[in-house]
Amino acid sequence: MASSCLAGLAVAASGAETVRVPAGTYVPFYARESVKTARGQEDLHRPISVASFALDRRPVTNREYQLFLRAHPEWRKSAVKPIFADAHYLAHWRSDLDFGDDADAERPVTNVSWFAAEAYCRAQGKELPTTDQWEYALADNGRDRDALRQRILTWYGESGAHELPAAKSGVANGFGVQGLAGHVWEWTLDFNSLMSGPDLRGSGQQFCGGASLGASDPNDYASFMRYSMRASLKASYTTKLLGFRCARNEP
Amino acid sequence: MSFAARYDYPLFRRFMFLSLAAVVLWCARAHADPRDVNVNAPIKGQETALLTYAPDVPPPIARTYSTKVVIHLEVKEVEGRLADGVSYTFWTFGGKVPGKFIRVREGDLVEFHLDNHPDNKMPHNIDLHAVIGQGGGAASSLTAPGHSSVFSFKALVPGLYVYHCATAPVAMHVGNGMYGLIYVQPRKALPKVTHEYYVMQGDFYTKGANGQQGLQPFSMEKALAEKPEYVVFNGSVGALTGANALPAKVGDTIRLFVGNGGPNLTSSFHVIGEIFDTVWPEGNTSTPAHDVQTTMIPAGGAAIVEFKINVPGTFLIVDHSLARAFNRGALAQLKATGPENKLVYSGKISDEVYLPEGTGIRVTEQPSGLPAPAASKAERVKLGEIVFKTNCMACHQENGQGIPGAFPPLAMSDYLNSDKTRAIRTVLGGRQGVLTVNGAKYDGVMPAWTLTDEDIANVLSYIYGNWGNSGFEVTPTEVKAARSEAANAK
Repeated sequence: MASSCLAGLAVAASGAETVRVPAGTYVPFYARESVKTARGQEDLHRPISVASFALDRRPVTNREYQLFLRAHPEWRKSAVKPIFADAHYLAHWRSDLDFGDDADAERPVTNVSWFAAEAYCRAQGKELPTTDQWEYALADNGRDRDALRQRILTWYGESGAHELPAAKSGVANGFGVQGLAGHVWEWTLDFNSLMSGPDLRGSGQQFCGGASLGASDPNDYASFMRYSMRASLKASYTTKLLGFRCARNEP
Repeated sequence: MSFAARYDYPLFRRFMFLSLAAVVLWCARAHADPRDVNVNAPIKGQETALLTYAPDVPPPIARTYSTKVVIHLEVKEVEGRLADGVSYTFWTFGGKVPGKFIRVREGDLVEFHLDNHPDNKMPHNIDLHAVIGQGGGAASSLTAPGHSSVFSFKALVPGLYVYHCATAPVAMHVGNGMYGLIYVQPRKALPKVTHEYYVMQGDFYTKGANGQQGLQPFSMEKALAEKPEYVVFNGSVGALTGANALPAKVGDTIRLFVGNGGPNLTSSFHVIGEIFDTVWPEGNTSTPAHDVQTTMIPAGGAAIVEFKINVPGTFLIVDHSLARAFNRGALAQLKATGPENKLVYSGKISDEVYLPEGTGIRVTEQPSGLPAPAASKAERVKLGEIVFKTNCMACHQENGQGIPGAFPPLAMSDYLNSDKTRAIRTVLGGRQGVLTVNGAKYDGVMPAWTLTDEDIANVLSYIYGNWGNSGFEVTPTEVKAARSEAANAK
């Protein structure tokens, strides 16, 4: 009982329910730095450790984002500076504070830039999750890996013109986090620092066959697409299927 | 490399004399690398490229100088038809598969705008094989949904080139239909022909087996194993058959710009009943080959093929890896009308029989969950149409008319209508040897089909219910009885 009361307090304070993701390790799709094996070969399968952190259970919704805009008018459509958000910013909203109907209220907010997402999270006393945190939460200690990949690939194959599902409708994974797969793309704090393997970064080779060099699992098409998506973005970009959630590092 | 060698086709030779002066003039520059000539070709004016959907090709460029060509190509992710009753979310350059055909001229400066539609889910880019430079454009064109990338290149080498999306995972982007052709027309254009058409092959990897109905997601496993469920021309089964067949007349010269998007299979490109007068293999316009039966088109490659229509008929365009043509969809048609020439051909079209001798069993892949059985005769006939189109149409033709001399007709067939049980046995067990249908003799092979009782009942009911046939209904119970009779006879 006591813990659920405390959880309730946490919701009130931060604006959204969070889940504690325990510390652990995972193998990143692209290694952050070059690591050699004892034989001097590139080690693409070296796990890295992730400290425990709190992550929003669900992506931020239109209604939650509206509350943020009430308190922070500088992020409204009519006021936002073009260097912080491109012309599609909140394109699906009817006006500064009108996101649509009750169903829209529960859908993940999209068409938000990295700057806006990060400002939202800071207003909640949080930050965007790092790519490692986000990917580690998705990897879910390897639970149901193949089913997860297929769910992501199926989502890729569905037309983007359909309405988004409600944020709370996502299936919870082993950590209790919902909707990481099959809802929207999500911003990460360092989305633009991991666009390819260390030997390829900045070489422009993250296309075609070149992208498979340095990947820990070239058969994992679902992951390639997330890294390609992140690589295509700049912090002011907004797209119809790109949302976010927030995270808090534990002291 | 001399001018004559680069443009060595017969028509040109005839004009060699007249062009002697031009050749002499050209030779003064011939020692310069042609690429350098194109790098330095001065640009006059600007135009917006006219792009076309397959099977159309933009008209030949009459211009005699280099210009700046602006190209806008929009990427769209769209749900569309892959086969009858089967849909798929295609990722496209321009809204259809294959992508829009681009035509520029050697020496042109191309300003390329890649527009990623805001409704799209995926980032995309483009690698044009006509581009010399990192990634063929891909290094400069990774584009988020709702954004547009611009880059430019000089068309340095003439030829027919594939373009495709090169965003990781590239096999998935290409496997979903992200390819098309760009033709860099040589300074000295190829000879004028009656029709130019655009045909592009591609392989598709659906989660459900070939023919399984509904919206099919991409199968990563099948793509990695390079085992497609569909191999098609121009984006879907039947995109160029029946009413959509390419039209022609006797006397026409046909030029096909053929590409192969892949992502995995190499095409053995062949037109049944034709011989290519000229092939520009692998899409290069400098070294044509003549009198070719089948030309190999690699994944990510292209070829220009040309032939004159001497006699009328329906000419089947296939990947001569025949299981793809018969079972996976790699079949198109060119329908030529006009007077017969009995000297060239007696009038009976006799394709090679593709099937091996002997009645081999042909396995049709079954969906894992069997569809609901037909509830009425009308529904049976309707479901049978799909079975017919998937399995029977390649030989017996769309309206059951068959092909004289090769495949007997099903329409108003005395052989068929006089004995329903024999028809069931024929589909179940196959048939080999001479038979007479409506007074004409046939000596071919029909394989035994491993279709379900329900499918056989449906397809025979469809055949009996159409084209002036008896209207018999065939039920799964009858098929089952025939099947156990045949088993007992063994």
